[in-house]
Amino acid sequence: MRLRVRWRASVSLSGTVLKYLSVAFLVPIVVSLLYEQQDLLVFVATMAGTVLVGALLERVGSPDDLGDREAFLMVGLTWLLVAVVGAVPYVLAGTGTIAHPVNALFESMSGFTTTGSTVMRDISVETHSREIMMWRQLTQWLGGMGIVVLAVAILSELSVGGAQLMEAEAPGPGVEKLTPRIAETARALWLAYVGFSVAQVLLLYLLGATELAPNMTAYGAIAHTFTTMPTGGFSPQARSIEAFSWAVQWVIIPFMVVAGTNFVLFWHLLNGDWREAVADSEFRFYAGVLASLSAIVSVLLFVDGGLVDAENVGRIAGAVEPSVRHAAFNVVSIVTTTGYASMNFNVWSPPAQYALVFAMFLGGSAGSTGGAIKMIRWLVILKSIRRELFTTVHPEAVRPVRLGGNPLDETAVRGIYTFTLLYFVLFLVGAMLLALDAARVDGFEIEVIGLITACAATLGNIGPGLGTVGPMGNFIAFPWSSKLLMAGLMWIGRLEIFPVLVLLTRAYWRS
Amino acid sequence: MRVIVIGAGEVGRSIAANLADSNEVVVVERDPNIVEELTYSLDVLSIAGDGTSLEILEDAGVEDADIVIASTDNDETNLVACGTAKTVSDAFTIARVKKTNLLDTWRRAKGAFGVDFMVGSDLLTAHAIVRIAGLPGAHDADVFAGGAVRMAEFEVAEESPIAGDTVQEADRFDSLTFAAIFRDGEVTIPRGDTRIRAADRLVVIGSPESVQEFATELYPADARSGTDEVVIVGGSDIGFQTAKLFEDHGLKPRLVEQDHDRARELAEQLPKTTVMESDATDAEFLSREHVDEADLLIAALENDQKNLLVSLLAEQLGVDRSVSIVESPEYVQLFEAVGVDVAINPREETAEEITRFTREGEAENVAMLESDLAEVVEFEVHGDSLLVGQSIQEAMADLPECVVVGAITRDGAHITPRGDTRVEAGDHVVVFLATEVLDDVLEKI
Repeated sequence: MRLRVRWRASVSLSGTVLKYLSVAFLVPIVVSLLYEQQDLLVFVATMAGTVLVGALLERVGSPDDLGDREAFLMVGLTWLLVAVVGAVPYVLAGTGTIAHPVNALFESMSGFTTTGSTVMRDISVETHSREIMMWRQLTQWLGGMGIVVLAVAILSELSVGGAQLMEAEAPGPGVEKLTPRIAETARALWLAYVGFSVAQVLLLYLLGATELAPNMTAYGAIAHTFTTMPTGGFSPQARSIEAFSWAVQWVIIPFMVVAGTNFVLFWHLLNGDWREAVADSEFRFYAGVLASLSAIVSVLLFVDGGLVDAENVGRIAGAVEPSVRHAAFNVVSIVTTTGYASMNFNVWSPPAQYALVFAMFLGGSAGSTGGAIKMIRWLVILKSIRRELFTTVHPEAVRPVRLGGNPLDETAVRGIYTFTLLYFVLFLVGAMLLALDAARVDGFEIEVIGLITACAATLGNIGPGLGTVGPMGNFIAFPWSSKLLMAGLMWIGRLEIFPVLVLLTRAYWRS
Repeated sequence: MRVIVIGAGEVGRSIAANLADSNEVVVVERDPNIVEELTYSLDVLSIAGDGTSLEILEDAGVEDADIVIASTDNDETNLVACGTAKTVSDAFTIARVKKTNLLDTWRRAKGAFGVDFMVGSDLLTAHAIVRIAGLPGAHDADVFAGGAVRMAEFEVAEESPIAGDTVQEADRFDSLTFAAIFRDGEVTIPRGDTRIRAADRLVVIGSPESVQEFATELYPADARSGTDEVVIVGGSDIGFQTAKLFEDHGLKPRLVEQDHDRARELAEQLPKTTVMESDATDAEFLSREHVDEADLLIAALENDQKNLLVSLLAEQLGVDRSVSIVESPEYVQLFEAVGVDVAINPREETAEEITRFTREGEAENVAMLESDLAEVVEFEVHGDSLLVGQSIQEAMADLPECVVVGAITRDGAHITPRGDTRVEAGDHVVVFLATEVLDDVLEKI
């Protein structure tokens, strides 16, 4: 069999990206220097190793041959390589549960794909060094806007194939070229991303400086910003955002909303086109879904009779502000696929918990850092269902699905249906495999809701599920095989299924 | 004036015929047979050749021409012909185009393509359809003086309340003039005692409100049900433009198009229109979609036979009114004779528009009635006009019989002309006249 894919080009380009990515290790190195320098050597060694591996891979071929097919391979490969490299410090540091290679890979993949599911048993800076904890946060920030988008923004040599690469990586259907040069588009997206991150760090830090959030340090402000903007969900606090005051929770909500918004809208906003941003039909739908789901859950929490007293959280039922805050926070967190929790929602009543399961399949907007199915797809599906109902009565009617007045191509509608169906198939099959694997291992028991939400949370890059894998729990108890499967689901989910699945077809590799 | 007409199709020929009496007309046509035939049938100089060739245009005397009219059936040829004429001449260039996107471009930058005036025949036709659609029972409708004056032609039905009345009895409207009656192909100028008979065609000129009121009186049933449900058959450019204009008026028309890809294209461009992909002659489809309950059906298919069939089918089903596009001018009468309510010929609309620009004197707007049996003309009155300085009654004595002053506007305000009204210089008058006396009258007033 002759391969029709010039894989050497893909590998070489992945090497280049890896080489440049090693710069990111400077952050934990600086943190290490600021604190006890526990794992300084670990990061210096990993950085050196990454540069070496990157340089070696780069020499495998020439990146000039990059075409559509090579772009898919390059993106898939880069994300795998990055996850592997990101796992190395956890193994080398050798502290806690993540020292095990499978756990380290799971944690690293969960980081870069902005999932936020964790296999770290003791989430604290006592067990783990500050630099390891910060690295864990940073992986999410890097993965948020996309490593390849970052590469396109930085590397001038990618300017031609860049569009295909971004197409293969960026969440949502279709990349809108904002500027004639793709590198500038990538830079604009990253600029907005960095801009919001800086704003959030400052706000959180200011809160920490006042009475409102005494336990929010500069370290905490940066660490949480690193996982809010990419809709990640890791926290160096074992109790996630529950550990912080109501003020911090209220500040984080709008930033999660922003992170789940199409970043292209901020580009329009920056150019003074606020009308275009407000009129965007996906944004309106997204805002509507967040508002109505939050309202429903608020009411459920407010009247809730079945709410077991949650520890560390004051009375919620009957209190307006806490029920609105906890409803809004956790709904926004799950819909945008961030995965933070302001309280342990495992204690919520069944309808409120179900609302979160429902939310797990919604996802953020296209062109945001969120995962799952995404608003734009649901919007198109709803509109095309309405069209189907209309054409049932008027069989001859020709009615294109419109988004913001623009007619959508039928192949795009078909693609959206295929994606959504495939997403559910992967979810159902994944949950089944997890169940089988759980039955295989003695001494591991998990409830059905735990299995189902574990699969949904990893495929949708959300983070926590319900039950065993709830916001205050973790994924440590799963057998190693299940952890690898879930790491795979995160990888597939982050790249929006097609770019990964296409690599598994014969047609891709042959002519 | 020296006028060069490029292309002697229906439009070119009709323009040439209109202008030949009082102008020096040169026709450039590619087909030598037509050229030869034209030489004998019209008093024009005809030249065989390509109108986009500078050499041919120079043979036609383009340097000294006042107006160049490009009226071939091909849009691009017309644009190139105008551009070519502009290279050696200062003539006013007029191009006829079908495609509305070319018209849009030209409107952005008047003078684009070397065209001084562009006539979009499809859009004109669509406008004509929408104008007529707004007036129940109207066969023709036009606006003058920037919208202050309206002209309409109605057919008097058997059961109409004014059938059998004298004009004096029927004329209960303040600002309305009964300009003419068409009866058996003849023009009659109504006097106070003229009796209105069923099947007469009545031309009225007046303020938009009074014309609308008159229509309501004439066709109370149609006026009550309104024109909300519109079905357009045929997704030609005319069909598309018509749907778009109805959309602009806040209606949600239905558009039937048989071709799959074209239907999709139309559906994408017309968000408020329900596009249906079907054969409009499929009776089962028509009844399933309740086309019989429509207030108005417009047949805008590519050929006349199909338009006739669809219109008749619609009439039989019970559609209130049917309007049909007729490409061949000789069929216009036939269509209306067999039961189609209104037949519109796009070429006539185009010729009307072009004539407006070429008329000697100050004619600012022209409407042709009954295949140019008569015309309604708007112009600004100059100091040396026959109308100035005496009452209309006195002026009429010096003019041929078939002339009626339908409306006057002074500084944008409507004045109803009566026998003792005096016209001042600077007024705009809208005059009905028979085509045969046109040149004579325009010279005097």
